[in-house]
Amino acid sequence: MLQSVWRYRHFILASIRGDLRGRFARSRLGAFWFILHPLAQSLIFSIVLAEVMRARMPNIDNQAAYPIYLLSGMAAWGLFSEILNRSLNIFIEQGSAMKKISFPRLCLPVIVLGSALINHVLLLAAILVIFMFFGHFPGLAWFYLIPGMAIISILAFGIGVFLGVLNVFARDIAQFMSVFMQLWFWFTPIVYLKSVIPPKFLPFIELNPMTPLVGLYQDALLLNQGPSWVGLWPAVFFGAIAVALSFVVFRRASPDLVDAL
Amino acid sequence: MSVVLNVSNVTKCYATYRSNLQRFANWFGASIAPTSEFLASKNISFQVMQGEAVALIGQNGAGKSTILKMVTGTVRPTEGTISVNGRISAILELGLGFNAEFTGRQNIYQAGGLMGFSQQELTEMMPAIEDFAEIGEFFDQPIRVYSSGMMARLAFALATAKRPDVLIVDEVLSVGDSYFQHKSFDRIRQFKAQGSSILLVTHGLGDVRALCDRVILLDKGTVLKDGDPDEVVDFYNAMIADRENAKLSVEQKRNDKGWLHTRSGTFQAFAASVQLLDAKALTPVSTAVVGQKLILRVDVEVKEQLPKLVLGLMLRDRTGHIIWGTNTWHTRQILEKPAVGQKLHFDIAFSCDLGPGSYGFSTAVTGSDTHLDANYEWQDNVVVFDVVNTTRPIFVGSSALNAQIEIVRG
Repeated sequence: MLQSVWRYRHFILASIRGDLRGRFARSRLGAFWFILHPLAQSLIFSIVLAEVMRARMPNIDNQAAYPIYLLSGMAAWGLFSEILNRSLNIFIEQGSAMKKISFPRLCLPVIVLGSALINHVLLLAAILVIFMFFGHFPGLAWFYLIPGMAIISILAFGIGVFLGVLNVFARDIAQFMSVFMQLWFWFTPIVYLKSVIPPKFLPFIELNPMTPLVGLYQDALLLNQGPSWVGLWPAVFFGAIAVALSFVVFRRASPDLVDAL
Repeated sequence: MSVVLNVSNVTKCYATYRSNLQRFANWFGASIAPTSEFLASKNISFQVMQGEAVALIGQNGAGKSTILKMVTGTVRPTEGTISVNGRISAILELGLGFNAEFTGRQNIYQAGGLMGFSQQELTEMMPAIEDFAEIGEFFDQPIRVYSSGMMARLAFALATAKRPDVLIVDEVLSVGDSYFQHKSFDRIRQFKAQGSSILLVTHGLGDVRALCDRVILLDKGTVLKDGDPDEVVDFYNAMIADRENAKLSVEQKRNDKGWLHTRSGTFQAFAASVQLLDAKALTPVSTAVVGQKLILRVDVEVKEQLPKLVLGLMLRDRTGHIIWGTNTWHTRQILEKPAVGQKLHFDIAFSCDLGPGSYGFSTAVTGSDTHLDANYEWQDNVVVFDVVNTTRPIFVGSSALNAQIEIVRG
């Protein structure tokens, strides 16, 4: 299965390139739009919540601490939700090609993954510029983002492909997930700080595999600190299971997949 | 000749389950029976030899496209095996995998990659593709500005850029202008001459005769007939006619000269005898001279009470191309309520203005202008005769145009 994907690497690369170009074609601001989107969202939250949150930010007297915290979390969540949401729908989107052209179908989520990662790196570059504008200069802790990206990708890819295959047969899954992802976003400390959570809800937040991953981004970008590696293990474990499960389901569902499209 | 494509005992079943949970459970070893099954193909077997062109014909829903998809590999057969010797290229739909924002060239890289070519191979093939598509400067413009014909040209050029061992074509050649259709057909013929096998689905029975060595007729997911093009196509025509009538009856036999005689219908009225006669001597003719006056005499017997009776005639050449045809509905000679047991004589007088060759008359005794509505009897090649040219200067073709050539010296 993986071997055939490797044989199609040229197609995957060409598609990723095409995906990026297609997204920005015929709009004047081009690549700026996808950066403006998370920026606008962060701006809104900053304006609304800055006063409430700044009092709660410990040990930092930077005026921009909250926007930086917010943008870091948003970036991590953005990568996660983009891979997950697009993998969820990719088989249905590309249904007509899958019906009539014989090619390794696993290429499709791999293309999604590749183009999401490139988007993410571009976004990080933009964020870097904005941080410097705030007078917040990057440190070596930025390199911690690389394992962070890897774990987020594994997690999102696993869940996305698993549900994406099931979604071909039961289309309610995509609808359900669009609601569920909203809940998941608010159950992850992105907009708020972990310290504001009432203790009785804390176990739920700790169980969430996205909590340590978002935390990794926030620590690295805001505090210039490395993550607590122990805290990441559940996310890695969960991600590995999701990927393994998605491959099994993908393989078992393969004969039926095109029939249901 | 070696077998290139072997389809053996292939069955495709589309299953419906009461709930998706049952389907999911089946992937993991449970064996829950589906609530309903639809058999798109039932136990189909056939082989295609190297360099052979085979057409699949049949009505909508007969299972033609399902077979093509299974041979292509996008749909998996429920039972049976399909083995292909060599590279397969399928044109099931033109323009799949194209992105509207990309130029023609970029799309070749993208869609070509989807077909399994490497970028380097595509770069090498690019000049040939550009040349074949003949869309000029549009090649480097986004394909959203293309006309549908240009899109078809580009897609066909890509799909046939490299000669495959098996080419699969699903009714896509009807797009594009006639110049490009010809060009596409030529390319398919070239591939065939170079040893590619062709598997084609079409509704154009003319294409079948022009291109194919063999025809497979499918009906309700099974192979109904597999054989020479004229035999299967005539059988198919008779079958469509009888679809409308309850009583299906098709008889086929081949005479000693290789002409195929197909007879079908309800036989409520039928042509008891059909003879080709010389107009003056009234003697039977089996070899006619160009320009000879002839009479086709058709004796029709009416067996049951019928509302209307129409006699249709068709003259075809050896390859099955229609030379001429009409019926008594068009000539406004419809017989209303013919008496039961009555014998009707139809004399069709004509001049044998045909080119040298072999011809066959088909007759149809029907109740309206098409044989689809009430087909009492349809007979293909009921009278077969040869035409020789002994009286006129040598000419070729199927029509004796009686042209005069005048030469004026200036």
